[in-house]
Amino acid sequence: MDPKTHVHTHINGEPVEFLSEAYRSLLEILRDELMLTGTKEGCTTGDCGACSVTLDGRLVCSCLVLAVEAEGRRVGTVEGIARGETLHPVQQKLLEHAALQCGVCTPGIVVAATSLLERNPDPTEREVRYWLAGNLCRCTGYDKIIRAVLDAASELRGASPNVLE
Amino acid sequence: MESVRYEAPRELSAAIELLDSVEGARVLAGGTDLLIQLRAALIQPSLLVDLKWIPELTAVSLDEEGLSLGAAVSCAELREHKQIERLFPGLYESAELIGSEQIQGRASVGGNLCNASPAADTVPALLATGARCVVAGPGGTRTLPCERFATGPGETILGRGELLVSIQIPKPAPGTADCYLRLIPRTEMDIAVVGAAVSVTLDASGSCTDARVAQGAVGPTASLVPDAAAALVGGVPDVGRLEAAARAAAGASRPIDDKRGTVRYRRKVTGVLTRRAAEIAIERARQRTR
Repeated sequence: MDPKTHVHTHINGEPVEFLSEAYRSLLEILRDELMLTGTKEGCTTGDCGACSVTLDGRLVCSCLVLAVEAEGRRVGTVEGIARGETLHPVQQKLLEHAALQCGVCTPGIVVAATSLLERNPDPTEREVRYWLAGNLCRCTGYDKIIRAVLDAASELRGASPNVLE
Repeated sequence: MESVRYEAPRELSAAIELLDSVEGARVLAGGTDLLIQLRAALIQPSLLVDLKWIPELTAVSLDEEGLSLGAAVSCAELREHKQIERLFPGLYESAELIGSEQIQGRASVGGNLCNASPAADTVPALLATGARCVVAGPGGTRTLPCERFATGPGETILGRGELLVSIQIPKPAPGTADCYLRLIPRTEMDIAVVGAAVSVTLDASGSCTDARVAQGAVGPTASLVPDAAAALVGGVPDVGRLEAAARAAAGASRPIDDKRGTVRYRRKVTGVLTRRAAEIAIERARQRTR
């Protein structure tokens, strides 16, 4: 029987405690113990970005973080992006641009894109494409996702809609 | 994954004590290599020692001596230090090339050294800057040049109870600049087929007074190429000197055939990338001497 560690963390601003064996990933605990199933499991090797969360404000793959590492840190998941029933502009624009089909990559893309726009409110198309290079989408071909993120950036800046040539 | 424990010591001495006293203990920094090896059952550690709460491992400082980079500092954090980008553009671009934004949020330059992959992107860049490794263990602290840290694929000089604490990079002389280039079959998210790093120092007349040339992914470890550096030093780096440096770099490469490239192809690309990296480093250095 593996020893469990009592972990005290903050998830989406709320204090949360859980027990975890040392080897379990933050992804596993989020989904299977805390029922925060918005974060998706894709590859479990850090390649696909479906499990993207923020750890102390930094974008990471939760499959490559041990749950016990969350002790004393702040975790941000897709569940913390919308304000009640009001979607974040990134979420709203993904819908408006029909920038998802199966939806498995979408939570990771929402977390990654909001993390980008917090750091860089006015990214170029190239910057958005490079920032999202770690979020694989097998349905959309990416173009609609990139347009949606640029459009959300414009809206967040209060500027006129960003039109891609 | 049976009965692995986790500790997050707050002090360097406590980490050394754990690593020394617990059979099968492994350090955990960014975990981007370690956790994959753990899941694949390639390693079965008894204890994971998280280094990210230890001040010496997470500090970044820049002073008259140069840069001190804690071994567990993530690539994403390194990229936020604009002074590092200005002083060591080659090291900066090598850190920016590793994996995705998510990977860079965790992966550390120190971990890149310790994992000792021959294709590690930051290692040739470190070698070109003249970086040194600070290693601490039960016997005290020692420093050594980064080029002596890895001894083979996945192998380092670290002994039992020892860990990499920080990387020290001397402040570059005026007129110095570096560059790192790698070849991958796409634009992002891949492992180097060849990596080349060059640092040059130019005087006011544009003559090259010092150079360091390093290569990665074309030998069991990243390595310096003194003959390529010597070809650049001693005059204004013209076409002849650049071609001599490229030939020396290609000649010194010891690549293997694998799915990423053949020996012949890698040799050729080593020369091409070395020349291109030298040209970029020279142009950067020229702008600094103006």
